[in-house]
Amino acid sequence: MKKKRKLGRGVAIVGAGMSKFGMFKDQDSKDLFADAFREMIVSVDKGVDPKEIDALYLGNFSSDYFMRQSHWGPIISDLVGIAPKPATRTEGACASSALAFREGVFAIASGFYDVVLVGGVEEMSKRTTEEVAEGLALATVPYEGRAGFTFPGVFGAVATAYFAKYGANREHLMNITIKSHNNAPLNPKAQFPITIQDLMNKKKESLKKREGTAPEWQTEKDFLNDPRANPVVAWPMHLFDCCPISDGASCMLLVAEEIAKNFTDDPITVAGLGQGSGRGFHASDDLTYFEATRYAAQEAYGMSGLTPKDIQFSEVHDCFSIAELVHIEDLGFFKPGHGYKAVAEGATRLDGLKPINTSGGLKCKGHPVGATGISQLYEVWTQLRGQAGPRQVPAGDLRFGGAHNLGGTGGTCTFTILERK
Amino acid sequence: MEERPFSDITYEQYLKEERLMGSRCKECDARFVPPRSICVKCFSSDMEWLELKGKGRLAAFTCITIAPPFMIAQGYNRKNPYISGVVELEEGGRVDARIEGLDPNKPEEIKVGMPLKVKYLHTEVGAKKETYLAFEPL
Repeated sequence: MKKKRKLGRGVAIVGAGMSKFGMFKDQDSKDLFADAFREMIVSVDKGVDPKEIDALYLGNFSSDYFMRQSHWGPIISDLVGIAPKPATRTEGACASSALAFREGVFAIASGFYDVVLVGGVEEMSKRTTEEVAEGLALATVPYEGRAGFTFPGVFGAVATAYFAKYGANREHLMNITIKSHNNAPLNPKAQFPITIQDLMNKKKESLKKREGTAPEWQTEKDFLNDPRANPVVAWPMHLFDCCPISDGASCMLLVAEEIAKNFTDDPITVAGLGQGSGRGFHASDDLTYFEATRYAAQEAYGMSGLTPKDIQFSEVHDCFSIAELVHIEDLGFFKPGHGYKAVAEGATRLDGLKPINTSGGLKCKGHPVGATGISQLYEVWTQLRGQAGPRQVPAGDLRFGGAHNLGGTGGTCTFTILERK
Repeated sequence: MEERPFSDITYEQYLKEERLMGSRCKECDARFVPPRSICVKCFSSDMEWLELKGKGRLAAFTCITIAPPFMIAQGYNRKNPYISGVVELEEGGRVDARIEGLDPNKPEEIKVGMPLKVKYLHTEVGAKKETYLAFEPL
C-alpha cells in the first residue's frame, strides 16, 4: 500500500501579499516584490518583525532569459532585508513558486526553521510576444519544441484531442473565458478587470468612431467567434483562450503551526500537498488529461484525508482555457469528459457549486509565471479568511480551498489544499 | 544493428538519414520512440535499435500563427502559419512532429485520426542544416 504522507509538524500561513499583476514599464522585479512584501507584512494580524524570518524560498522561472539576470534568491533576500540569511531559488517553469511554497513548508515541518518567507517573481513584458513564446517554449519537452510546438500550440493540440474524444467544441471553451472575465473586475489586482460584455461594447464604440460602422455582435460569443476581435494564436487557441504576458510578484509568511497564535488568531493551515512530474506528449497514455496533475491530486487528497467533494472552491491553472477544463476533471471535481457540460451549466461560476478561479484566473488576473503559484494560494488564503470582498465565494463557512499550479507542458504539477480550522 | 548510443543525438542523426528509429528493451521487450537508453519498465540498459515504418494516425494537432524565432527564420509567421502535431505510430508509441501537406488556414478540415506517413524535412537556414521529423497524409 502507498505510504500516507504527512508533515513532521503542522505549518500555517499567517500573512500573504501580492503586487498588482500587469505590464509595467516603470516597475521592475524588485519593485513588484517590494509591493508584495509590504502587503504581506501589513496582513499579519498581530504583526511580524522581519528579523524573525529564518530563510527565503523564491520561485522564478526564467529571468535569466526574460531579463538577462539570473540568481534572484539573494537579490530579493537583500531587497527585503533578510540577507545574509539563506535564500534559495526554485524553478518548475510556471509552477516555480508552488515549489518554493512546498520547500518552505518542508523546511518548517522538518523542525529546521520556524518562520519562512516564500514568494515568486517574474518580469516578462519587456520582451516581444515572439520572444516570450520562445522563452516559455524553453519549458516544453525537447521533442515538442523541435516539432515547432509553442505553449499555446501544446494546449491547442490537447484541445483537438479533447474535442475529438468527448465532442466538445470552441464554444465550450468560451464559457470558461467569459466566466473568468466576469470574476476579474471584482479583483483589484487583476490585469484585465473587464467583462467580455463591456470589452465588446467598448470595441464597438471605438470601431464606430473610427470606421463609421460597428460589427453586429449581439452576444459575447459573437464577439469571441469573430477573428477580427479574437484572432487565432495556435488553433483552436485564440487570443481570448490565452493568458496574457505579465509582470508581478507574490509572497507568503509560513510559520510552525504551534507558534501561529503569536501572529494571528486566524491562521490558515496546510492540509494537503501534492506534486507530480509529467513525461511529455510522446510518452503520455492519453492526450486529454495531465498525468502529473492526477498524481499531485492523489497525493494531496491522500495526505489530507479529503475528497474532491470537500474542496469548496479552487484556483486552477488556466494558462489556456482548455487547461482549466482538463484540470477540473483531473482534480476530480468533474468526471472525465463531463467538465465542459458542468461549465456550461454554470457550476464553476462564482455563485456555482464549485467556484473555479474566483481571482479571474491566469487568463484575467495575469500570469507572471514565477509568481503565479503563490498568487493562487494568496487567493485561497484570502477567500478562506472571508476577505475577498465582492468576489467572496457566497457559500458561507469556507473550510477547504485548493490551488492547482502547472509548469511546462504538464512537466511539473502541484495541488495544495489549505484549511481554515 | 549498429552500435550507436541510444540518445537524442543519435535519434536526430537517424532522422538526417531519413530513418525513424526507436529502442527495444532486450529484457522485457518494451519499445520506446524516441529511443531510451534505460528501460523505464524494468530498468535494464540492454537495448537494441528498432526501425519504425513511419506510418501512423494524427492524435492531436495545432496550427500555429505566433511562431518562435527558429520557425520565423524558416519563413513562418502570422500570415504563414504551420502545423505541429502528435502522431500515434502503427507500431504503438507517439512522436511529436511537423504536419505537412494540409492547409493550416483550414483547421476545420484536419481530422484527428487521419492516416499519415513520415516525411523528412531538410532545411537550410544560413549555414545551418537541420532535419525535422514530419508527417503528411497517406
